[in-house]
Amino acid sequence: MAVKPLADTEFYKKQTRLALRNCGVIDPESIEEYFAVDGYQALAKALTQLTPEQVIQIMKDSGLRGRGGGGFPTGLKWSFTAANAADQKYVVCNADEGDPGAFMDRSVLEGDPHAIVEAMAICGYCTGATAGYIYVRAEYPIAVKRLEIAIDAAKKHQLLGKNIFGSGFDFELYIRLGAGAFVCGEETALMTSIEGNRGEPRPRPPYPAVKGLFGKPTTENNVETFANVPQIILHGAEPFAAMGTEKSKGSKVFALGGNINNTGLVEIPMGTRLREIIEEIGGGIPNGRKFKAVQTGGPSGGCIPTEHLDIEIDYDNLSAIGCMIGSGGMIVMDDSKCMVDIARFFLDFTVDESCGKCSPCRIGTKRMLEILDKIIAGNGTLEDVDKLEELAYHVKENSLCGLGQTAPNPVLATLRFFRHEYIAHVTEHKCPAGVCKALLSYNIDPEKCIGCTLCARVCPTGAINGTVKQPHVIDHDKCIKCGACETACKKVHAVYKA
Amino acid sequence: MTTLAELNAARDAAAAKMKQTDDGQPITRVVVGLATCGIAAGAKPVLEAFEQAAQAAGLSSVRVYQTGCIGMCQFEPIAEITVPGQEKVTYVNMTAGRAKEVVEKHLAGGQVIEEYTVGAVTK
Repeated sequence: MAVKPLADTEFYKKQTRLALRNCGVIDPESIEEYFAVDGYQALAKALTQLTPEQVIQIMKDSGLRGRGGGGFPTGLKWSFTAANAADQKYVVCNADEGDPGAFMDRSVLEGDPHAIVEAMAICGYCTGATAGYIYVRAEYPIAVKRLEIAIDAAKKHQLLGKNIFGSGFDFELYIRLGAGAFVCGEETALMTSIEGNRGEPRPRPPYPAVKGLFGKPTTENNVETFANVPQIILHGAEPFAAMGTEKSKGSKVFALGGNINNTGLVEIPMGTRLREIIEEIGGGIPNGRKFKAVQTGGPSGGCIPTEHLDIEIDYDNLSAIGCMIGSGGMIVMDDSKCMVDIARFFLDFTVDESCGKCSPCRIGTKRMLEILDKIIAGNGTLEDVDKLEELAYHVKENSLCGLGQTAPNPVLATLRFFRHEYIAHVTEHKCPAGVCKALLSYNIDPEKCIGCTLCARVCPTGAINGTVKQPHVIDHDKCIKCGACETACKKVHAVYKA
Repeated sequence: MTTLAELNAARDAAAAKMKQTDDGQPITRVVVGLATCGIAAGAKPVLEAFEQAAQAAGLSSVRVYQTGCIGMCQFEPIAEITVPGQEKVTYVNMTAGRAKEVVEKHLAGGQVIEEYTVGAVTK
């Protein structure tokens, strides 16, 4: 009998699991199972056979870039911290995954926590740090529990602590819980929070490599970045560097969601075409609808429209069209979505999450949101659209940290690719996708209506008039645009939005 | 553990333990995806059902483990079964009842329940 293996499904066929190599394979709460898949071999190799300089060189040669969204070369980052002499240095793991719809880091922490422990120790060894902090959201209790189990087990096996593998290298690891502030995913705000202060960013320079946690040189990397480290050290830089595009090596994990048939955790080689992700891995758009755009990078990112469906996913290609890979959230949208409404959704999020320290972000994003609300309510003008764009650039250029600098991205990206939708909202007072309630009205086509009274019976405000077997009419003064009539009229589809 | 030799020994011992029971029987490995996503979809009762049903059927070479996210959100809870010498089988949309059925038919009876596998619900 032919039972189809998981690896042969459309969803898995095009994937390459590097960062997720042990997720869904081993028991994350068993250090023995991690040993069985070459766990801690990379740490042993680094400590007993390689100098710190050699480890950094391997990281540089691998071409690994920061997976948290910035895309900064990891080996280079490590070399900066290594170059700064200090009595104490730190390694920090950023596990404050906050983008709506993103769960890559949670999956790694829950599925392979030892990989993070091992990678942080390796980073400590080659940068000269003897202590590390994992800053993880309190909303991830299972990830926290499995990290605690992993750290305890590693200590018990002397893989953390004093004189690891008899090399004279000491390394301790601590967990700090974030209380759910989005800004704490920004590296300087995260460190301020670990120090016990209110999570607010601080100006850079000085960069963390010079003056980071507790004022000491610090290397901070994202969970997925660390998850890639052990295999790179163990197998050398070449296999990793052989995968991907010229400037973006290896693979990237995406959390695929939204209007797509196969939702899930997807790891693909850099350079994979967006079309392959949507149509093959994702299995296309459900309900016979059409692809409109994919939103990447969450509230800091942009959107990729149909005309760029053949783009090869890597850091540089995406930033060339004003988008970003971000941490890896990938939300697919079909043609029923209004892009002005989407921009408003993300901006509403950043307005909520702005820490308030700098005025461009605190006040600028708020004013932008007000303009968007005005447009969505049907009271916007062409000048408002221009003002929105100008303000977006001001906020982007003048904000203190990454949160504010990227907060206008969803607005700028939608203005770039879907400006006509903004224009339709302000000149024709229409929402082309039929989402913005103030700009649409429900009507009944008298040609199609058979007078079955179904719509009138479900209308919560009694706005539909008509007698049996006669075409019905909607009273627009009473209608609250709930759409119940449209849902009810599924036989003849006489109700339509205009 | 202070040397590479000790680590290698631990690796080999762990790998052997995943393959064979203490009395030398080849292990049939059942893993259930127990990340947040799986647990939210009801994976914990599935794991328990596998354990209880395997014990009730007297299958002493079956080992049931939790694991991380297997990746296909819409098909959680997911369980994967590796019988030694055979291709791994991925079961999707699992329930405690289905788990019991899989133990009886697949693990005890050697018959894969194809309609519960990933191949039956996806291309």
